[in-house]
Amino acid sequence: MSSVSLKKDGLDEKGEPLSFYQLEEHHHPEGSSTMLGFWMYLMSDCLIFAVLFAAYGVLGTSYAGGPTPKEIFELPLVAVNTAMLLFSSITYGFAMLSMEEGRQRIMQMWLAFTGLFGLAFLSIEMYEFATLIHEGAGPTRSAFLSSFFTLVGTHGLHVTMGFIWLVTLMVQVQKHGLIAANKRRLMCLSMFWHFLDVIWIGVFTFVYLMGSLR
Amino acid sequence: MTDRPATAHDAHADHAHDDHGHGDDHASHGTRKSYLKGFFLSVILTAIPFWAVMTGAFKDPSTAALVIMLFAVIQIVVHMIYFLHMNGKSENGWTMMALIFTIILVVITLSGSIWVMYHLNTNMMPMQAAVDM
Amino acid sequence: MSDSILKTIFGRLTLESLPLHEPIVVATFGMVAIGGAALLAALTYFKVWGYLWNQWFTSVDHKKIGIMYMILAIVMLLRGFSDAIMMRLQQAMAFGGSEGYLNAHHYDQVFTAHGVIMIFFVAMPMVTGLMNYVVPLQIGARDVSFPFLNNFSFWMTAAGAVIVMMSLFIGEFARTGWLAMPPLSGIAYSPDVGVDYYIWALQIAGIGTLLSGVNLVATIVKMRAPGMGMMKMPIFTWTALCTNILIVAAFPVLTAVLAMLSLDRYIGTAFFTNDAGGNPMMYVNLIWIWGHPEVYILVLPAFGIFSEVTSTFSGKRLFGYSSMVYATLVITILSYLVWLHHFFTMGSGASVNSFFGITTMIISIPTGAKIFNWLFTMYKGRIRFELPMMWTIAFMVTFTIGGMTGVLLAVPPADFVLHNSLFLVAHFHNVIIGGTLFGMFAGINYWFPKAFGFKLDEKWGKVSFWCWVSGFYFAFMPLYVLGLMGVTRRMRYFDDPNLQIWFVIAAFGAALVAVGIAAFLIQIFVSIRNREALADHTGDPWGGRTLEWATSSPPPDYNFAFTPVVHDLDAWYDMKDRKHQRPVSGFRAIHMPSNTGTGVVLGVLSIAFGFAMIWYMWWLAGLTLVGIFATTIFHTFNYKRDFYIPVEDVIASEDARTRMLATQGA
Repeated sequence: MSSVSLKKDGLDEKGEPLSFYQLEEHHHPEGSSTMLGFWMYLMSDCLIFAVLFAAYGVLGTSYAGGPTPKEIFELPLVAVNTAMLLFSSITYGFAMLSMEEGRQRIMQMWLAFTGLFGLAFLSIEMYEFATLIHEGAGPTRSAFLSSFFTLVGTHGLHVTMGFIWLVTLMVQVQKHGLIAANKRRLMCLSMFWHFLDVIWIGVFTFVYLMGSLR
Repeated sequence: MTDRPATAHDAHADHAHDDHGHGDDHASHGTRKSYLKGFFLSVILTAIPFWAVMTGAFKDPSTAALVIMLFAVIQIVVHMIYFLHMNGKSENGWTMMALIFTIILVVITLSGSIWVMYHLNTNMMPMQAAVDM
Repeated sequence: MSDSILKTIFGRLTLESLPLHEPIVVATFGMVAIGGAALLAALTYFKVWGYLWNQWFTSVDHKKIGIMYMILAIVMLLRGFSDAIMMRLQQAMAFGGSEGYLNAHHYDQVFTAHGVIMIFFVAMPMVTGLMNYVVPLQIGARDVSFPFLNNFSFWMTAAGAVIVMMSLFIGEFARTGWLAMPPLSGIAYSPDVGVDYYIWALQIAGIGTLLSGVNLVATIVKMRAPGMGMMKMPIFTWTALCTNILIVAAFPVLTAVLAMLSLDRYIGTAFFTNDAGGNPMMYVNLIWIWGHPEVYILVLPAFGIFSEVTSTFSGKRLFGYSSMVYATLVITILSYLVWLHHFFTMGSGASVNSFFGITTMIISIPTGAKIFNWLFTMYKGRIRFELPMMWTIAFMVTFTIGGMTGVLLAVPPADFVLHNSLFLVAHFHNVIIGGTLFGMFAGINYWFPKAFGFKLDEKWGKVSFWCWVSGFYFAFMPLYVLGLMGVTRRMRYFDDPNLQIWFVIAAFGAALVAVGIAAFLIQIFVSIRNREALADHTGDPWGGRTLEWATSSPPPDYNFAFTPVVHDLDAWYDMKDRKHQRPVSGFRAIHMPSNTGTGVVLGVLSIAFGFAMIWYMWWLAGLTLVGIFATTIFHTFNYKRDFYIPVEDVIASEDARTRMLATQGA
């Protein structure tokens, strides 16, 4: 909604004709809805994770005679993984600051760091998954492991998508520079990336740490 | 559209856009200082629960669970403020409203499911709790 | 060629997968093939492919997308209704020694397909279509916030519909009931492709639904005309806002729960299995967290339509506008707190059941308040009994009955008796037909002249109305009776001959509804033939009150040459009341989004991907998935997505409207 030049005053009572049409063109600038629209998409994504958390909450103790969290979770590995994600967040933050300052090369560098930390996170997670499956603690072993793999794997899938998106955007920035459309896209990805951080806080607390307490 | 884009107008369109393609009220991007502040806070808020669980600092698991959940909530708030730049003013408060609505639904979905399924399990599978299969 | 190569290429698709042993399906296929071939030939003969592609399929115009949604919904209504009448016929016949004409395998698919199609591919696209068409016009906008996304959403919905239709002729559909509850829908009990068709049709259509929800919320929040504060929004826009908020908040739950079911089926996880610690009731719990908001997604827009219609045809401002808004908001929140009433009998115990029983009864209060608002709007109004108003009145009576049986079912002890019975079937048809469907017909009759520039034929409209309404009562009142007698749903065969008469009455009702649907199609056909006589040149055939009536019928591509400025609720009424002057000069070029074929491409790739997943053709699944990503990324490299409608074109169409209005003496 844009600001209205017409207010309640100075109209009918004063005998002046009301204006019913905006004769000066003031179109909604393109992309003015993008941030809000993307935020709503993130909120809906958040509910996907809520359902997966709920499934883990309900099924997370159904071990079916299989391994328990204490036996399979390696907290040092998870701590390293968390650090990777946190580093990627701060580097993305610095990228956004460089974007604001219009320093494209520096921004690209920070984005590259972000991508590398993201890749590191994914590699560690894949290593963890591979070890678990190798030990016979794969997603089909018990309902606990099904919900664990699905929740953590969905987060990992999101990080993968974020990585692909990041690479695409770096190419687009290289090609077209820091034009408004690219800035908008970088801001959307920033929201997406930090949102995945928030989800990960839930994952390491609810799944790994609380699982290791049981 | 009756008309496919005519080339003559394209140039004009692009030009018009670059001027004000930006969202209207997305001024808050944070500063280097606020990012670093958020980063250090979240490092601390991550490290403490990991330390607490890995060293077994709490004797009682349910106390430990409560404490680490508290840390998680605080850290989520920190991320929301310093990284996602949430405030009550952006988009006329619509982002905050969407967030609050989502949090309500997340709480309903999570606690509701656990509540419902817990009662179901106690009522319908009385043996299961004892066996803990 | 060896078997293993065939298996690699075609997965589990073999010649035996074609239902050649089912004469009904083969005959249907024959008719569809002949009809389809004739249609394609006609389109080619009249050389309209280019027109369809350029003006419709690739269009990002919200009006055209809205109309395409409506056409999709009407086509799927015919399919869904065929399933309905097959069930009614089977149940009326299968008594005593007779087995009826449908075998169990076929009958189970029919009732599943009926539910799935009616909810996801009739009601949803109809609701989305009307919102898409009307909302931007009502808020004085030129298009939605994300025009390309809108086109893409439509094609994803259409892709889901295509996948459901494919199951009719290639393989089979699910035999599980419309929510595909495990363990029946698990791989152990449904090893065939039916449930996979169900999953992929819903997942693909669900993406479209979710994105169109995001799109319309953003549109309503960001694109309103200057002066239109939240409390000056037309009530239909309000209900559309709440509906789309519900869509954005509820459909992710469906996506997640179906994803878990497919993991169970495809890789053997243990979410909803009987063994390995899985819990099938968790599926029931989760899917109803989506399922209950879904029914409000379907009915809230109908409430909005009735509000607009009542106020327009009573010639009065809507009674209690703000109470209507608050009632809608309360329903939006409360719809998330009632889901367990769908499975009181699961065994969660008295405390849980009481909580959800009480919340369910509470949600009927704002709904009841709405009924009173409509009645008070009519009170002392000068009511014109045009078709939209007739549908509205039929709704008020029918929906009240349905609502009361709903409150009855909300009482857990009563539900223990009535759950899973035909009483329940009668109840939800009573609210969905009496609420959503009547609302859609009111909306179609109300806004058709806006979309096409001529009214719908009244005589055939009345035939359709009376057949639908009386047919509904004949078809579903007997089911209440049967339900109270304890007859359960989804039965193919009955032993007790005393029940037959009720099923015969119900079948008669279904036949009446069939006449109603035929009359509706004739109504459209006759109206197109008589469009000169039925034409509306003013753009405001009903004496409307909201902004969509301020522009011509059909509206120009850009909707409004000058963005309207709003001073009051019922903005168009206010403009007419205060003798506004329509500007006839000073036009400018108008900035619009340009068309794109990306949505169609992604839709086709999604169909292929879904089909490949259903039939285990892994190479094709991988290929199409890569294709989907590549197309999406390629699309983002296109930065030139808009153009200007030249000022000469704007002047030409606005001058035409000026002349048109002059001939009307307006």
